[in-house]
Amino acid sequence: MVETALFPLTLSEATVRKSGVTLVGPVDLEIGPIGTTVVIGPNGAGKSTLLRLMHGLDRAAKGRVDWNVPMKDAQNRQGFVFQTPILMRRSVVDCIAYPLLVHGVSRKDAHAQALDWADRVGLADHAARPARTLSGGERQKMALARALIRNPDILFLDEPCASLDGSATREIEGILKSARTANTRMVMATHDMGQAKRLADDVLFIYRGNVHEHSTAEAFFKAPQTPEAQAFLRGDILE
Amino acid sequence: MNDILQGLISAGWLIITFDPDLIEIVLRSLQVTVGAVVVSSVIGLPLGAWLAVNRFRFRRFVIALMNALMGLPPVVVGLIVYLFLSRSGPLGVLNLLFTPSAMVIAQTIIITPLIASIAHQAIRELWAEYHDLLISVSTSHRQRICTLLWDGRRALLTASLAGFGRAIGEVGAILIVGGNIDHVTRVLTTAIALETSKGNFSLALALGFVLIALAILINATVHSLSQTERSGRW
Ligand SMILES: Nc1ncnc2c1ncn2[C@@H]1O[C@H](COP(=O)(O)OP(=O)(O)OP(=O)(O)O)[C@@H](O)[C@H]1O
Ligand SMILES: [Mg+2]
Repeated sequence: MVETALFPLTLSEATVRKSGVTLVGPVDLEIGPIGTTVVIGPNGAGKSTLLRLMHGLDRAAKGRVDWNVPMKDAQNRQGFVFQTPILMRRSVVDCIAYPLLVHGVSRKDAHAQALDWADRVGLADHAARPARTLSGGERQKMALARALIRNPDILFLDEPCASLDGSATREIEGILKSARTANTRMVMATHDMGQAKRLADDVLFIYRGNVHEHSTAEAFFKAPQTPEAQAFLRGDILE
Repeated sequence: MNDILQGLISAGWLIITFDPDLIEIVLRSLQVTVGAVVVSSVIGLPLGAWLAVNRFRFRRFVIALMNALMGLPPVVVGLIVYLFLSRSGPLGVLNLLFTPSAMVIAQTIIITPLIASIAHQAIRELWAEYHDLLISVSTSHRQRICTLLWDGRRALLTASLAGFGRAIGEVGAILIVGGNIDHVTRVLTTAIALETSKGNFSLALALGFVLIALAILINATVHSLSQTERSGRW
């Protein structure tokens, strides 16, 4: 069976408002089927909110977020790694297996696949431990395995390597690269410009809730178009 | 002071001699209370979780009502259940008045709001933590509730134990609907009330000590079985 294509994801005039304040938008944007989009911008710019909007965690107060398939099917084909990993009160392997169980995979199969994923992200030795006892880097790897276990067509990552050291970051980037080889579309927020350069095909620069620039990584890092992006890349503090 | 000492000695005596009347009363107390706790948990725990997860129009009102029902005076509950179950009442044909079943019904009405309230509180906190994840992996409503109940099971156990504590020590409602009939509906609390009114203080006290010991024993057993302390980090 050939699945209907999930892409493009189209945002038209999409706006997120909370407590009467516009946090993001209006945003017009199209996300195609291939590559890695990196979302950058200063703290509080709305990177997390934009990712949550695309994923359906935050609703558009105005405008639309549309996939090429109905919303319900679209959600099934996405994964999300949160800025702070959400730890269930379960063992590492049970946390990783959870999305499979939700979607009707038998306990035994889910467990076997989760063990396999634990191994792939380097958590094989910790599989039986309570997820809460993992270190920060291990938590991120667990969250990554959980988000990838159902082979999503698109993976959203909200600063997956914040507060991780160089080697943990390398490990996670390694996993992301193999996911990308498997044609997983990625949209990632990050503060790490080195990481952005290593992974990005295109860059979304977001500032005060608006997309100021959307261009290929090469063009963006070589010659950013807007003064805000130029200042941001220079390392100036943006108000 | 003398009465209390006498009571302790009598209690010890009743226990080490396996006094058949005492054992019968203890078992009936357990039967009624455990029955009520089971029924209340089956109703109250999912109800608490459901209220935590769903937003609907009268949600605040239902929660306020549930909290208010926690303070329901047991005697009044007993009276109402009595009226329903009495021969001329709407459920009179069931012939339940003055049976342990009637006592279970009354206890269930008393402790369900308590269990549901504590469960709601615990599940609400867990839901705040899990919310984004459970939405993200597209869980159904039912799956959300099941996941929260399962992962919150230790807090929910505490809710059920609170219900147990309230039920095992309750006397007003079960006295009315049970009638404290010897060998039929007499339980620890109603026996204590009876012996006290007869002036048998040492026997009443002895039963009181047994009641306290029983409550502690059950709590300790359940906690050690569930390993609440050891697995605190989950
Ligand atoms: N529920 C809310 N109510 C009001 N304002 C909110 C709410 N949630 C987020 N915000 C605000 O929206 C803005 C964007 O938040 P968001 O988390 O998307 O930023 P971000 O770009 O991810 O920042 P960071 O780099 O610090 O993660 C922030 O100013 C934040 O304070
Ligand atoms: Mg953020």
